[in-house]
Amino acid sequence: MGASGDASTIPAPPRMTVKLTVNGIPTALHVAPWTTLLDALRDHLDLTGTKKGCDHGQCGACTVLVDGRRINSCLTLAVMKDGASVTTIEGLEKDGVLHPLQQAFIDHDAFQCGYCTSGQICSAVGLISEGKARTADEIRELMSGNLCRCGAYPNIVAAIQQAMKHS
Amino acid sequence: MINFEYARASDVADAIRRKAADPAAKFIAGGTNLLDLMKDDVERPPRLIDISRLPLTSVEQTAGGGVLIGALVPNSDLAYHPLIQRRYPLLSSAILAGASQQLRNMASTGGNLMQRTRCAYFYDVATPCNKREPDSGCSAIEGINRGHAILGTSTSCIATHPSDMCVALAALDANVHVAGPKGGRVMPLTDFHRLPGDTPQTDSNLGPEEIITGVELPSPGFAQNYSYLKIRDRLSYAFALVSVAAALELDGDTIKDARLALGGVAHKPWRDKAAESALRGAGADEAAFGRAAELLLHGARAHKHNAFKIKLAHRAIVRTLTQAAMATPQSQSIKKIR
Repeated sequence: MGASGDASTIPAPPRMTVKLTVNGIPTALHVAPWTTLLDALRDHLDLTGTKKGCDHGQCGACTVLVDGRRINSCLTLAVMKDGASVTTIEGLEKDGVLHPLQQAFIDHDAFQCGYCTSGQICSAVGLISEGKARTADEIRELMSGNLCRCGAYPNIVAAIQQAMKHS
Repeated sequence: MINFEYARASDVADAIRRKAADPAAKFIAGGTNLLDLMKDDVERPPRLIDISRLPLTSVEQTAGGGVLIGALVPNSDLAYHPLIQRRYPLLSSAILAGASQQLRNMASTGGNLMQRTRCAYFYDVATPCNKREPDSGCSAIEGINRGHAILGTSTSCIATHPSDMCVALAALDANVHVAGPKGGRVMPLTDFHRLPGDTPQTDSNLGPEEIITGVELPSPGFAQNYSYLKIRDRLSYAFALVSVAAALELDGDTIKDARLALGGVAHKPWRDKAAESALRGAGADEAAFGRAAELLLHGARAHKHNAFKIKLAHRAIVRTLTQAAMATPQSQSIKKIR
């Protein structure tokens, strides 16, 4: 690396300013172009509730809501989301009251180790607002982007069904 | 991932200019495949041109009775678009068979066409791969090739194209609208992707300075008799071993028109007009479907681990055509195959 003068030798470009509204709070970040939204949230804003699992869009642990839509924050760059509103797991409770999905996950014991849980819950918030899932089969299919290696799937589906009833 | 520069294109012409100025640059829209490949050092662009804000996000009826889909329409929006659900349910179904909802929310229509193979050797920079590093050799031909192609392969590459959406687009005779320094052109989707031959590094016939602006569907949507059946190792969120897009136009029990395309078996969505011709005028029965399957799989050649795909594809074709004929399309949420 380096001797051939390939792309890896180009100097680090200057950091770029990115304005985001994160959990309702306007924020300006100075990040390198290659900073993913996930790394910006965790490393620049100390919002470590959003988890890095595979970092390749295969596990869903990094799921957040951008302008109300659930996405994998590991597969987008912070600079691409300039001007966007981001909601993470930290932004779901209101005035000390848990979001109905957070409460439902507790009520149904919908996790064991908890590493996938923030992604599961953010994904389920997106699922409910999309309004495409009614049955358990449809919930399972539309939640398939969130893996749970502890295998808490039946309880996750039950928790989402409980929250859907109250949405 | 290497360091790179980032710029945002202000319009399509600006995007084309920026690409022409730096041929090693890459367009980024959804980013779901490109960033994944960059993290693994498979793609090493010195510059990204962000096209995600270009105004290519509409789904509109055309004067000719078809529908023009902007290149930046997210996969999820397209799958759930009322016009697509009503007139082209085969396309909706195929899109919903692929990826996860998070990825479909990010991934664009044009990006779906441009996604690269998920061949494990292509992804592993420690192994030879003619697609990643021309003339370095193919690790899959003598390696683990269970998921690889059975049709249209070459001695250089046996990778498959991973898209579900493109299989439906191929069956629906979609056209790809592209723009470049010399203006725009339109090419059939079936000519967009190419077979590997001895240049597997080139996935498509898109020019290096061109950009996809949209995908156009002609009027016939086969909304009555269609099915998209995807066979994979787990029930959701996995790439196809074999997938089938089938669309029929029936006159009673007689087939007036037929479309048939396969995914997961070749370097591009696989269509063969001979198979469709054989269906036209035939009765919609298992014998006719079996003959079509044989014609579509003509020339199929297995490698060490993927011989099962030939029989699997045959059965999947017959089953999908049966589902289409009976107007009982495969559900993408209830996974039981009827």
